[in-house]
Amino acid sequence: MGVGILVEDLNAWYGSTHTLQDINLHIPANHATALIGPSGCGKSTFVRCLNRMHETNPIARATGVVKMGEVDIYRDASPVEIRRRVGMVFQRPNPFPTMSIYDNVASGLKLNGFRNRRILDETVERSLKQSALWDEVKDDLKKKSGASLSGGQQQRMCIARALAVDPEVLLMDEPASALDPVSTSKIEDLIFQLKSQYTIVIVTHNMQQAARVAENTGFFLNGRMVEFDSTHKIFTNPRDKRTEDYITGRFG
Amino acid sequence: MRIKFQQSLGDLKEHLLVMAGMAEQAIQRSIEAYSKRDLSICELVLRSEPSINRIEREIDQMALDLLAMEQPMAIDLRFILSVIRINADLERVGDQAVNIAIRVREMGAFANIELPVDIPKLASLAATMIRKALQAFIEGDAELAQSVLKLDDQVDEMNDAAFYALSSLIKEKPELTPQSLNALIIARNLERVGDHATNIAEDVIFWVRGADVRHNPATP
Repeated sequence: MGVGILVEDLNAWYGSTHTLQDINLHIPANHATALIGPSGCGKSTFVRCLNRMHETNPIARATGVVKMGEVDIYRDASPVEIRRRVGMVFQRPNPFPTMSIYDNVASGLKLNGFRNRRILDETVERSLKQSALWDEVKDDLKKKSGASLSGGQQQRMCIARALAVDPEVLLMDEPASALDPVSTSKIEDLIFQLKSQYTIVIVTHNMQQAARVAENTGFFLNGRMVEFDSTHKIFTNPRDKRTEDYITGRFG
Repeated sequence: MRIKFQQSLGDLKEHLLVMAGMAEQAIQRSIEAYSKRDLSICELVLRSEPSINRIEREIDQMALDLLAMEQPMAIDLRFILSVIRINADLERVGDQAVNIAIRVREMGAFANIELPVDIPKLASLAATMIRKALQAFIEGDAELAQSVLKLDDQVDEMNDAAFYALSSLIKEKPELTPQSLNALIIARNLERVGDHATNIAEDVIFWVRGADVRHNPATP
């Protein structure tokens, strides 16, 4: 099951650039939450702070509190542990090109020391079924490389890879922006189905996509969260003029 | 800025204002026809209806295209929804004008008698409501729209008064039944015009404030 995420006074820097300023919000468990905003507004930095990827850059740092359920991820857990609990899917699918489909999906488990063949088989099948890819690849699991799949299939394979380690939270940074409408629709259907089991945070530039998949939406601007509310409220009658200007295309 | 989209929204508004002008003119002409018992003005009203219907369809098509092609959000989405609703109300105002013209034409077959109902006053109030609601739409003025809602009670009261006065007249002087019934229906038509003005005002409030005040006696 997913867990709620509580963010308090989160600030982040790249070198001297203050990229996130005083972010406070609660992301409810087992819901999809969309983050929108113009390029460079800090939304990707924000999600990278949720799985401690931000700190992998030597000039980056973050302060504040991020709690996944009861766990303060910056004080009570290691980055490795957090990244097991928080799966991430990126804009462009990133399969391990020389690995088979099976090994791509099982890679996270293997990195975590799982070697039992039966468990690996079951997990790969479950994950591929969850990502709605099983029927398309079940006969070629070990014959075909992950890179041989179409872009949309690769992205669903990457989602399966993220799900294989049984995370509680799934972060998706523009997961469909490089995909055609059919593949995009499949990813959105997936998000709809997966949120009953995981807490999903999705960064997107596609506002219709945010409106379709997310119960809540946050609008970022210049490193600040301007508004966070139900998606319905954000897209029909936002409180803040800056949100309205952005979503109606009057921005700038 | 989405320049093309903003221009399209402007075009939509302009079309609706043309529609509004036609509907307003139709209702004014129908009242003038009643006051003067002028059948030629009735004909003008009847001939204007196809034009109103045509522009109603054009506006609906423009709004549909914008919804499909531009995926509007927030205030733009509310604006387009409001335009669609106001468009339908204006078309119905045009229908009320036609109904009044038809009644006036029928009344022409009977003697022009003094009736115990002030149709011009009722018409003036209903027309004021329409004018104010449209002014609120032009200016995006929710407060002005709010003031329209208060006028509806007055129109309803005048319509009720007309009903009782004309019912009594029919009882007292059955020979005046045709004229009385026609006047009664005209009063009812004008009361409906007031209702459409109320709807338009509510749509302006929805567009500007995002608040749905329909069917709510305690409007904000």
